[in-house]
Amino acid sequence: MSAHSNPQRKTILAGYRPADSGTQPDYLYPPYSSTVKRSPSQPLVRLPWSLSEVTGPLFGFDRIMANDFDLTKQHAGDPIGERIVVSGRVLDANARPVANTLVEIWQANAAGRYPHPRDNHNAPADPNFTGCGRTLTDADGRYRFVTIKPGEYPWRNHYNAWRPAHIHFSLFGPALATRLVTQMYFPGDPLLEYDPMYTSIPDERARRRLVSAFDWETTIPEQALGYRFDIVLRGRDATPMEDDLAKEGT
Amino acid sequence: MSAAGTAQRESSMQAAGGEGPGDRTKLETTSSQTVGPYLHIGLTWLVTDDLVGPGTSGEPVVIEGRITDADGKPVDDALIEIWQANAHGRYDHPDDTRDLPLEPGFKGFGRVPTDASGAFRLRTVKPGPVPAADGSMQAPHVNVTIFMRGMLKHLATRIYFPGEPANAADPVLRSVPAGRRDTLIAKPIGNRALQWNVVLQGAGETVFFEY
Repeated sequence: MSAHSNPQRKTILAGYRPADSGTQPDYLYPPYSSTVKRSPSQPLVRLPWSLSEVTGPLFGFDRIMANDFDLTKQHAGDPIGERIVVSGRVLDANARPVANTLVEIWQANAAGRYPHPRDNHNAPADPNFTGCGRTLTDADGRYRFVTIKPGEYPWRNHYNAWRPAHIHFSLFGPALATRLVTQMYFPGDPLLEYDPMYTSIPDERARRRLVSAFDWETTIPEQALGYRFDIVLRGRDATPMEDDLAKEGT
Repeated sequence: MSAAGTAQRESSMQAAGGEGPGDRTKLETTSSQTVGPYLHIGLTWLVTDDLVGPGTSGEPVVIEGRITDADGKPVDDALIEIWQANAHGRYDHPDDTRDLPLEPGFKGFGRVPTDASGAFRLRTVKPGPVPAADGSMQAPHVNVTIFMRGMLKHLATRIYFPGEPANAADPVLRSVPAGRRDTLIAKPIGNRALQWNVVLQGAGETVFFEY
């Protein structure tokens, strides 16, 4: 992987495999008009693996509150809308669970409105819904949120543009290389094919994996429908046998 | 559960994993999507603009800058995250097994949104050197990840320190075209303060990395 310039200090690191072809959008995708002025024009510079990229911030329960996973219990009253359970597993591309990793979500309320100064959509605000949650995955990589089904909302990207209903997800995983921000969609949403964020993903199957699935097993009787959304972070290459390499070097 | 429900569920789960029957342990990585304009709702609870806790070694330094787009307009809806080693050069992470001190007051993670003028400000310490892929040492640097509306996947870049002799031999800086290296090196702007701006596109475009 690298020059053998200094055998005494050899640091052979296993890196993370790149995401599969077609699964990631490009920076420039003109149908999503904001990318035009914000995407780099120069090619990215490839970094060799070092500790800087295979390490990353890790977060514990010290910062997570008991109700942070339940977006319906963050205010005095019940939020308006359809209660749902959103759960799934965080795995790496080697199909191993990503345990104890921070999952952050945010979303619009049931009417498609965010409690944000820049959201001037004339849909009702909901004083009982902030739309922000977080949790840590368990030892099997599982996470679970209770929330409200978000509404679709208009945006100004093009004439009569509407975002499909979605929940934003932010994940860290074990390394800088596994950082991921994505969006979860809902099955059967007719707006998906018109949405340039969704269609920015070249591979049709990769797009569809951002669509959650109705999940009868996590549906709570007389309470809330369940939706399942599994997330796959980049997977690490097999670890080189550092001892053998070190012996060769000496 | 109905057959249709099962099929839908499997399409979401990649239930078989990977591409073929012989490769059941490989899954395809989830696609990135933008943080959108309302990122603050979900992400600012963890704002960490001062990384320097009690007992931290090293002189505190303020790093401030602005993010601008292809027209030089400030990007007022971005989020910057940083990750760095402590002043001894140790990352607070189990994969960094070197015999160097960890400090409970310094975790190495920062997160800050840009303000209405596209500006951000962080207070940290200059990290110690960490090894490069070839076993040589990298110059002190801060790893930067940038998110914003209009960015379908995050950007990665680095902040290097001005007047640092190790910059000349740093393998990453040397891998960058000479005329663009300056975009990665902060500029001194006073007593223990540095300026490091991000130009997303066009003249003076910041060097961005992939890894």
